[in-house]
Amino acid sequence: MSLAKITSLAGRAVCVPGNDIDTDRIIPARFMKCVTFDGLGEFLFYDVRKNADGTDKPHPLNDPRFKGATVLLSGANFGCGSSREHAPQAIQKHGIRAVVAEGFAEIFFGNCTTLGIPCATASREDIAKIAAAVEADPRTEVVIDVANQEIRFAGQTVPAAFRETARDALVNGRWDPIGELLDGLPSVKATATKLPYLAA
Amino acid sequence: MSKSLFQKVWDAHTVRTLANGQTQLLIGTHLIHEVTSPQAFGMLRDLGLKVLMPHRTFATVDHIVPTDQFAEPYRDPLAQAMMDDLRRNCAAHGITFFDRASGRQGIVHIVGPEQGITQPGTTIACGDSHTSTHGAFGAIAFGIGTTQIRDVLATQTMALGRLKVRRINVTGRLRPGVYAKDVILHIIRTLGVNGGTGFAYEYGGEVFDRMTMEERMTVCNMSIEGGARAGYVNPDETTFAYLKGRPYSPKGAAWDAAVAGWRATASDPGCAYDDVVNLAAADIAPTVTWGINPGQGVAINECIPDPAKATAVDEKSSIEEALAYMKLTPGAAIQGTRIDVAFLGSCTNGRLSDFQEVAKYLPGRHVAPGVKAIAVPGSQIVALQCQQLGLDKIFRAAGFEWREAGCSMCLAMNPDKLIGDQLCASSSNRNFKGRQGSPTGRTLLMSPLMVAAAAVTGAVADAREVFSVSSAS
Repeated sequence: MSLAKITSLAGRAVCVPGNDIDTDRIIPARFMKCVTFDGLGEFLFYDVRKNADGTDKPHPLNDPRFKGATVLLSGANFGCGSSREHAPQAIQKHGIRAVVAEGFAEIFFGNCTTLGIPCATASREDIAKIAAAVEADPRTEVVIDVANQEIRFAGQTVPAAFRETARDALVNGRWDPIGELLDGLPSVKATATKLPYLAA
Repeated sequence: MSKSLFQKVWDAHTVRTLANGQTQLLIGTHLIHEVTSPQAFGMLRDLGLKVLMPHRTFATVDHIVPTDQFAEPYRDPLAQAMMDDLRRNCAAHGITFFDRASGRQGIVHIVGPEQGITQPGTTIACGDSHTSTHGAFGAIAFGIGTTQIRDVLATQTMALGRLKVRRINVTGRLRPGVYAKDVILHIIRTLGVNGGTGFAYEYGGEVFDRMTMEERMTVCNMSIEGGARAGYVNPDETTFAYLKGRPYSPKGAAWDAAVAGWRATASDPGCAYDDVVNLAAADIAPTVTWGINPGQGVAINECIPDPAKATAVDEKSSIEEALAYMKLTPGAAIQGTRIDVAFLGSCTNGRLSDFQEVAKYLPGRHVAPGVKAIAVPGSQIVALQCQQLGLDKIFRAAGFEWREAGCSMCLAMNPDKLIGDQLCASSSNRNFKGRQGSPTGRTLLMSPLMVAAAAVTGAVADAREVFSVSSAS
């Protein structure tokens, strides 16, 4: 399987501020009543984006200035809670290609990486600088440089941390591990036979 | 060299190191359910892959099942479609499915242990973040996403970075009326909702040594709410006694060999941990959440925080956001907060002992006027055991609705949902905005007996006072 080498992504950004934004908020459970991930993009952040009658609430993702943004900025512990891959799927299907936050919950981070969505960790001050630049001019191009671990925007450069295993997987085009896992099958069987509960 | 249980289990299940430095980790037991697996089976079909070890894969249905309707088709065609899809996938791949017709259906984290599938020293994965529950048996259990479900179906492995281990000791004895739920809410409140990021939590100390398996499951269940990917308790005689004679437990000579192996898998005395936290049981009170994440809790005799008194900027804004959503008064006592709904159930507190404990205090009491109270056994077997003990009658007599097994109102992927901004006293695990099905619904997490106290008084109350809980009980 040949995967894209994700060394750098560039696009306009949108900031959804707040700490501890959980996956129930990213995609409410009722939209998980489906057997495919198709169409999840329109339900991204649905309950904070829409009124009960389906009309828009004030929300950055409803703001026409940020329409078409491909970089999502947020706060600490982004993606906490449920392991639902529906959350990163909704983000990706909405058109977001990278997330920048102060920190990520573990399962969400792994799910994103496996889908080829870079999760960049940056300081609160630096995220505020990016958000300010984007607020001042929504057309600001934000470059998420995975290979060099930095974010560039409006003539500024700030450091971005990627967990090394994730950075390696993204830049070398092995973020979906299935091919490599399948290659290891002979060793899988050897490992299993050494474990009493699996040998039987 | 002495090792922790985590290290031993990780090393024994390591297949190899992948190019990016992650481990290809063998997953001995794969549990699946209807919500997160259909797309994984779709991916298998697209790639032309089969399930590698169908005999190590077990399915049940829990999230979408209506708890007030047993017969199919379900009123919700989307729920029925998910049910049909799981049934079809299990049949096509030779996977054991604990369907409702089996009498063994229930919430996946209740079914695994009660069938004896969950065993010490094993690795377990399931597309559900509360998979950490199984750590109560000394298993290393991971909640995973759907693409990882595909990986485990196809290769019985997944790519994962090694976790650090934090030992959490809780010393002393819990006071009467303080439960496992209070212990984990206290831990999360103390260490934070992201305090466990990058860690597996090893729970130990006198409090855990004394706990039943069901209590240990309650604590391990909510590890993820503290940010920890996994949480576990070392296996001991309590563990072995629970597992003996269960359908999938080893039998005869194999049992003795298994117990010897399980004993050896426990953390070695004096092994190194990446971090150690010591907490005192005496400091733990019945705990209630007031906010929108499980770390936002207070002891029952404390007040709702006042953002004006917050010292950190972050703390101030998070309290303001939470109280605006919760419509609670800053600085007011949490006791006396009126509730609309009481929910008893979930993978956190939907086991036999949860219903037994509440049933001890319910006779002669009745749910307060205007409160909707539902009791939902976590599995068909829990429901049957409750019926055999007459507990269902006690709950019904007290004004609770007694339901069929399922996830119910914990996450509202089924007809059990809050309406509008109803406030729910809940024995479940998450109080996120909208979690219980209404975009403005409000959740207060607490122990089952505290839910019962709120149900019968109509407001958040100290169960120790409402039910005269004493050390003799």
